[in-house]
Amino acid sequence: MEGSGSMGKINELFASEIKVINMGLVSFAKDLKEQKINVIHVDWKPPAGGNQKMASLLAKLKGK
Amino acid sequence: MSLGLEVRKGAYYDSVTLMRISKEVKKMDGIQEVLVGMGTELNKELADNLGLCHGGIKDVGPSDFFIAVLSDEDRMEAVVKKVDELLNKKQESDMGDYTPPTLESALRHEPSSNMVLISLPGRYAFYEAKKALEEGLHVMLFSDNVTLEEEKELKDLAKEKGLLMMGPDCGTAIINHVPLAFANVISKGPIGIVGASGTGTQEVSVLIDKLGSGISQVIGTGGRDLKKEIGGTMMIEGIRALAKDPETKVIVLISKPPDPEIAEVVLGEVQRSGKPAVINFIGSDGQLIHQYGLVPGWTLEDTASKAVALVKGFEIKDTLGISQPEKEIEDLVAQTAAGLRSNQKYLRGLYTGGTLCDEAIKLISSMTKDVYSNIPMSSEYLLENIHQSYKHTCIDLGDDDFTVGRAHPMIDPTYRLERLMREIEDDEVALILMDFVIGYGAHPDPVGEMLPGIEKAQDIKQKKGFGPCFIASVCGTDKDPQSLEDQEEKLRKAGVAVMPSNAQAVRLAMKILEAIS
Repeated sequence: MEGSGSMGKINELFASEIKVINMGLVSFAKDLKEQKINVIHVDWKPPAGGNQKMASLLAKLKGK
Repeated sequence: MSLGLEVRKGAYYDSVTLMRISKEVKKMDGIQEVLVGMGTELNKELADNLGLCHGGIKDVGPSDFFIAVLSDEDRMEAVVKKVDELLNKKQESDMGDYTPPTLESALRHEPSSNMVLISLPGRYAFYEAKKALEEGLHVMLFSDNVTLEEEKELKDLAKEKGLLMMGPDCGTAIINHVPLAFANVISKGPIGIVGASGTGTQEVSVLIDKLGSGISQVIGTGGRDLKKEIGGTMMIEGIRALAKDPETKVIVLISKPPDPEIAEVVLGEVQRSGKPAVINFIGSDGQLIHQYGLVPGWTLEDTASKAVALVKGFEIKDTLGISQPEKEIEDLVAQTAAGLRSNQKYLRGLYTGGTLCDEAIKLISSMTKDVYSNIPMSSEYLLENIHQSYKHTCIDLGDDDFTVGRAHPMIDPTYRLERLMREIEDDEVALILMDFVIGYGAHPDPVGEMLPGIEKAQDIKQKKGFGPCFIASVCGTDKDPQSLEDQEEKLRKAGVAVMPSNAQAVRLAMKILEAIS
């Protein structure tokens, strides 16, 4: 299950360009963008309109 | 007085954006109080406390956005216009690019993404973090309010997949020299850090930079990683990765004292790495660390200094003094003590960094145990009312008690300024000690935000003939967007004694307290 070869996925990451997906505070994405880091900000909305009961039912339906 | 409410169903904005907008709107003419926020129970309670108890607010749901305003006359139209202007302006200037609605769509848009930074409300964070790990992505989880069980599940999954699961409640990381969330701009170098404490890790990385060395990677784990229930999973994975990393020559670990059996596992792992290491289990006696042939760091500064000594092949010695010439410090202490009246006896530490506050309390307790706090060394020194200082007090303003309904004080200094305004009116206060954490994620001008309080204290001093003295340290580098030099210069101009580290700022305060006792 570990990453390919003897290196491991964390060490592979150390040798790669960081490409970030940001979910939440838009200021974190803005900071990365300012530094010319590849970042994509998710325009996230609470699932099931913020209704937690409904969100958890949906998650169960999706098998997560 | 006029009370206005505007509700928009199903519109989501993040808490920092909304906090900044609230602050802007509050500056408008005729506005007494305003709250621009999502309709969470917490925000509704906060609106109530602020006197914004509009009848319609109870029907607002957590996915609804609302603006509640108390003003001298009906100014709702102007406020809504201003809020829209600010929201639109922010979106344009922040992210002009495509912003997909879900993690899956982001990944379809950018399939080579390898890191997900999550700062969503805690109750949603677990689900998104788990999804990210399942997609094979490394995760940094800034959010708190994630349960221990959820943390364990996430970290076990990450370990199985060989991925980083930094957090929950992970405030800082620097991966491949990219600062994530709250982090400073640090030179490249051979020191790899795994840290379970946010500002502690920032302070060590900053001091390594000041000492002319640099870092390879900074891996954050979140504060609970070394608890028995989690088992140090991410710290161990971090050590293993740094062990294999050719750029890392020296390893540094920073954490509150772990559960003893976890400490043994972690230290064993470092020993097996074969790389020299400095371990700062904040406040521990270092005995166990010595047993594993590793170097204990006594303060954050001492940790940084020993790590740099290991890199440069210097003798390993304790750095537990003040770097300025002794005579200079003696004069400063004598001069400060002479300006204080006999009833001015107490120190008030107003901290935004939790580990920096903890370090201050531990250092001062070698002189006097009577240091009251919201995070005291023992429960008898727990403040009865956290909003009211008592005798010597050091408070961690970033603790959950203070951040309910508002952003962290490193982003929003409002409460610290209010608190400072009260401390300077207290005739028994001799010294005010403050940290200023700069870097990415932090406020664009933390010193500037506190200057009104410091200047008011100087006015009071002029009028009354006495007042408190200020000591501060700035956690940051000259490469940070706020610039260390600028921030320090502003403090000096305002008459504040600026020290090069938190430990040294605390030591200067202790010397002055000693001189007046």
